[in-house]
Amino acid sequence: MVAKRIIPCLDIKNGRTVKGINFQNLVDAGNPVELAKRYANQGADELVFLDISATLEERKTTRNMVLKIAEQINIPFTVGGGISSVEDVDVLLKHGADKISVNSSVLRDPNLINRLSHKFGSQCIVVAIDAKQIGEDWIVYSAGGTIPTKMELFEWAKEVELRGAGEILFTSMSHDGTKKGFAHNALYRLSQGVNIPIIASGGAGTSQHFIDVFTQGKADAALAASVFHFNEIPLISLKETLKMNHIKVR
Amino acid sequence: MKTVLIDYGSGNIKSIQFALARIGCHAVLSNNPEMIKNADRVIFPGVGEASNAMLKLKKSKLDILIPDLKQPVLGICLGMQLMCEHTAEGDTDGLGIFQTNVLKFSNNIKVPQVGWNNITKLSSQLFDNVEESVYMYFVHSFYATICQDTVALIDGTIPYSAALKNNNFYGVQFHPEKSGKIGEQILKNFLIN
Repeated sequence: MVAKRIIPCLDIKNGRTVKGINFQNLVDAGNPVELAKRYANQGADELVFLDISATLEERKTTRNMVLKIAEQINIPFTVGGGISSVEDVDVLLKHGADKISVNSSVLRDPNLINRLSHKFGSQCIVVAIDAKQIGEDWIVYSAGGTIPTKMELFEWAKEVELRGAGEILFTSMSHDGTKKGFAHNALYRLSQGVNIPIIASGGAGTSQHFIDVFTQGKADAALAASVFHFNEIPLISLKETLKMNHIKVR
Repeated sequence: MKTVLIDYGSGNIKSIQFALARIGCHAVLSNNPEMIKNADRVIFPGVGEASNAMLKLKKSKLDILIPDLKQPVLGICLGMQLMCEHTAEGDTDGLGIFQTNVLKFSNNIKVPQVGWNNITKLSSQLFDNVEESVYMYFVHSFYATICQDTVALIDGTIPYSAALKNNNFYGVQFHPEKSGKIGEQILKNFLIN
């Protein structure tokens, strides 16, 4: 059995790491390459870089940053944000990204998943899904969680698997930013419903939340940003805690 | 020392090239038969689908060249699988260097299998200064069964080959270029042994 993965997520704007709450009040948090190196040394199993640049010029800066990360980081990393074509993916992979993450573009054009997995292999295609619980339903949102779609989480997850996604990165908008724990029930259902790895995102606040996301949510990996950036949960001690709780981690 | 990374249009070669550069080895990307034949070390990478990759190899006649190489050759991931006799992926005949077949994981395992797993029963110079049960990074949906060439294995519900060796040919299922410091050590061992 592969170990459960802990994945710090870095938001990138114009080639710099930024911190903020709900994309508001962005604060420069430094050089992404240095931060990534620090996380890699502390035992991060993988890294996700989310490009939140607004303009094409800024995105070009991100590409050069991807190259620098690939040169220096010896663990796998995923790049997401604003990817909407085979060409976009080709460029990022040629700059050294190991995997790419797509979200809004595949909601607009689901067949893009087929084209990407056919050309690059499903192992490098992560489909990110942002969803919010409304009553009993989980509604999928696009455009960074701003626009509700007609898609329902569990159906969409099955569809992306069939179309060739290699992993699903599920962010619960109902839990994101609350620091009250991950969406275990939805994660458990997802894990039962599809046969590709699930990365859980949204809600991490304590080490116990990471224990719960693996034992109750059955997630394969857990992603978080602020708890790592602000060193509220040091990666090294998190890994120790998980080991003590008999969860297989590296 | 001249190290060539076989470039046949399959997979993310950049990350291997960067990992080699971090340990001081400047590998050349090439599909030129003469360059490959004359290299001191050859690395045969690969990511993606087996039957397509094999077609690309055949197009450039690398399917004939690779099994004849005399210097140390290291197949990584799909590269290793293509060096086996046959792979179930696209029902593809391999290069027949390792005496084993590549099968698909059964349905009770999530595929692609993504993440870090411990490799055990390490029995090759490739693993000099590498401890038993270290974690390496894997991404794959097919696996090579255990055979006489197995020099490291995954001891899970389905045990399978994590590394293979036959004479001058080595193969690893994991990605040493993405497996932290220990992965870099394994690449170093391949270059110096």
